[in-house]
Amino acid sequence: MKVLMFGWEFPPHITGGLGTASYGLTKGLLKHDVEMIFVVPKAFGDEDQRAVRIVNASDIPVNYKQKHIQDFWNKLTYLEIGSNIRPYIDPEDFAKIHEDVKHSIKEKEHLILGEKYSFSGKYGKNLMEEVARYAMVGASIAAQHDFDIIHAHDWLTYLAGIAAKEVSGKPLVVHMHATEYDRAGESNINTEVFGIEQKGMQMADKVITVSNLTRDTVVKYYGIDPSKIETVHNAIEPVDKSNLQVQRSVKEKVVTFLGRLTFQKGPEYFLEAAKLILEKDDNVRFVMAGNGDMFEALIKRVAELKIGTKFHFTGFLKGADVDKMFLLSDVFVMPSVSEPFGLVPLEAMRSNVPVVISKQSGVAEVLTNAIKVDFWDVEGMADAIYGLLHYDSLSQMFIKNGVEEVNNLKWEHAAKQVKAEYESVLKNNKN
Amino acid sequence: MQSVCLYFQIHQPYRLKKYRFFNLGNDHYYYDDYLNKSIMERVAAKSYLPMNNLLLDLIKKHGKKFKVSFSISGSALDQIQEFTPQVLDSFKQLAETGNVEFLAETYAHSLASMKSKDEFVRQIQMHQARIKELFGVNPQTFRNTELIYSDEIGETIADLGFKTMLTEGAKHILGWKSPNFVYTNAINPRLKVLLRNFRLSDDIAFRFSNQEWSDWPLTTDKFADWLNKMDPREQVANLFMDYETFGEHQWTETGIFEFMRNLPEKILSKPNLCFKTPSEVVKEYQPIADIHVPNAISWADEERDLTAWLGNEIQDEAVDKLYSVEIAMRNCHDPSLQKDWLKLQASDHFYYMCTKWFSDGAVHEYFTPYGSPYDAFINFMNILADFHIRLEREGNLRNNEISKIPDTQREDVFSILEKFTNVKLKQLIENLGDDELSALFFESDQIIRDKMMKVIGKRKFNKIQQYRDESNALSKKEIILYKEKIRLKIALLA
Repeated sequence: MKVLMFGWEFPPHITGGLGTASYGLTKGLLKHDVEMIFVVPKAFGDEDQRAVRIVNASDIPVNYKQKHIQDFWNKLTYLEIGSNIRPYIDPEDFAKIHEDVKHSIKEKEHLILGEKYSFSGKYGKNLMEEVARYAMVGASIAAQHDFDIIHAHDWLTYLAGIAAKEVSGKPLVVHMHATEYDRAGESNINTEVFGIEQKGMQMADKVITVSNLTRDTVVKYYGIDPSKIETVHNAIEPVDKSNLQVQRSVKEKVVTFLGRLTFQKGPEYFLEAAKLILEKDDNVRFVMAGNGDMFEALIKRVAELKIGTKFHFTGFLKGADVDKMFLLSDVFVMPSVSEPFGLVPLEAMRSNVPVVISKQSGVAEVLTNAIKVDFWDVEGMADAIYGLLHYDSLSQMFIKNGVEEVNNLKWEHAAKQVKAEYESVLKNNKN
Repeated sequence: MQSVCLYFQIHQPYRLKKYRFFNLGNDHYYYDDYLNKSIMERVAAKSYLPMNNLLLDLIKKHGKKFKVSFSISGSALDQIQEFTPQVLDSFKQLAETGNVEFLAETYAHSLASMKSKDEFVRQIQMHQARIKELFGVNPQTFRNTELIYSDEIGETIADLGFKTMLTEGAKHILGWKSPNFVYTNAINPRLKVLLRNFRLSDDIAFRFSNQEWSDWPLTTDKFADWLNKMDPREQVANLFMDYETFGEHQWTETGIFEFMRNLPEKILSKPNLCFKTPSEVVKEYQPIADIHVPNAISWADEERDLTAWLGNEIQDEAVDKLYSVEIAMRNCHDPSLQKDWLKLQASDHFYYMCTKWFSDGAVHEYFTPYGSPYDAFINFMNILADFHIRLEREGNLRNNEISKIPDTQREDVFSILEKFTNVKLKQLIENLGDDELSALFFESDQIIRDKMMKVIGKRKFNKIQQYRDESNALSKKEIILYKEKIRLKIALLA
């Protein structure tokens, strides 16, 4: 079985869970003898190509004189290129991209329809432009390669997936790693993104959601037929971090939040819970690692509550710094308002850190060794954190059983489910 | 003649309210009154009252031929009295018929038998007194929380003067043997042991309404026939079950009440069958053998062990922390602390912390008011932390009150010890319990300590150090008490 897979990022060039999940899935699928061509907007050449052949969309020429490409372009023009879509990225990168790209619409059209196009592969101001061009590339690749099925990860690649389906006539599977409702909240929906997500799912032969929570969102807000949606929970890649060591420099216990400081991640609930704990217990420090549009408001609130000496911001962390942060932590909290899956708690557990997670996260559906609270239940969250800090047997139990639990969440298992979905789609397609 | 022995268990814990850590030190009321009241009212209406009336009717109809027995935990009795006094009246009516035996158990429906013999005995005596007060009889038969039993527990019960104890006819202790005989305790044969016939008991308690069961529907004819088919040498079929089986676990609609209304007549129609209470059973039949139970069993789960209450990390910490105050509680005379101490000991709190049901959530969810075992643990530990704060405060108050008592006894014990040879001191140390040794060592002055250090083993020292770390500081009164105990041991040595 051969799959044409469209992604937006691939390790090591990732900014969030999407790239990690796509990579894990490809490795898992390989174990089940599935061949893959993985298309990314911009390949850097240092991607791990053991599992898949990486195709760099920037290298693919598009002959827009071909009829099917033109047809598709005509359909695409509803995209208002250059619209300011909500950044799915930390502000520094956003500002940089904003500087980089100052083309006029005309220039853009020329660029998009030019022979080759240099993708940034990021999430900047020219995102819609890249999405449109990526769709053209999708059509071209579909015409050139031989494959059985198309698999597109998140809305950014859905147009490419649809184009590939139209060119090749092969069935399309779309994978919902996150929805616009998770990213923006109900009142800030970007209608274009919503439109692409909905269209992708409507056109798809099968929709894979990363949790039942996401499945419900897709049914409720996008009106997608529940019978073609299947949940396949994410997994996590095992890693050996035994050689990593960090000297603890503070005597207090450390409670950590790690994620974008945006509405979706609920950082303010973590802050309010910290306040409640510090009123009763001075022997704790709180760390907020991440960056985002709520940063300033959060700093103001910390000052207002006068807990600045015990509440620390680290900015955006990545790579080894994330692992070090876990080594320094006694409790990890993920208070997300809406989290389609949520990989970070699994990484924390893997590093022997007990976790408190919100019930509004997909990962809560698969985890046993975690305390689950409603994101808005600040008191419950504070109580859970306090319990983990003070009643040793509980944290010891989580640490011991948590590692084992996480090690059993293998991509190999998730990939097996995905492969079964491929097979059912192919079977239906024949009939 | 073969007997049918019916025993029904009634227990309701005081369920705890949601108690956050920020309540610590401020809020000293721990119970969810609304939940406790509404559960008691519901169960009374659906089960206790209709079933009591049914039993009264049966006693009226069959006279002395129909017998049953009850064990009602102290916390259930207290809540019945508080929330549904009409149920208590109805039990009193049953008691007056003389056809009903009331059994003794631990007042708090606790796990004290596994943690502290002293507390175990104290609670049994409390419960006996309560039964005597309410029903005018002194219980002769004992049943432990969840039918927990071991040879050692049986020995304690025999020492208290009980003639009979009930437990589970667990497969792994019986082997090829039948539960339908009277057995004796392996250490003290004066204690007779009756074993639950779990197959016949569960046919009623669990399987009655199960339509997948090959014997569904269970009719009185069928059940009486099964009883009648007992091997002629066998003595008794012990049908032990929760009283809530009737009307609560098996709803009225399943026909459970009709079944029970007609069952006695069907059983009594068999010439070889009769009803007896546990005390009557052990009077009637000769025990066949002793039964060896070195490790504690219970009537719970497939395993018939104690893993529903003890064994995972959080259960063990909660139970250990709870019983760490036992000595302090013996000297505490604050009635509200004493009441809370009992209510917190109910085995249910630790059952809610069980994690072995993750694969089988339904059974667990049915019995727990918590979202998860972790919630149950955190809530309990918050409350226990507040309880410790109060106990410490109370201890300090008490110390102030007795600070005026002249401490002349201190010199006495010390002066004796100073004259001891190393051999003799070592002898004494070997005769002291960890708590006594800890008290002696840490309340002594440096000279005695140095002397003791020479003869005390490193392991023993670590042990008392640990004991000291885990227990509260001793009050003056406790120190005097320990000195008295040590003086006694010295006298015994001489």
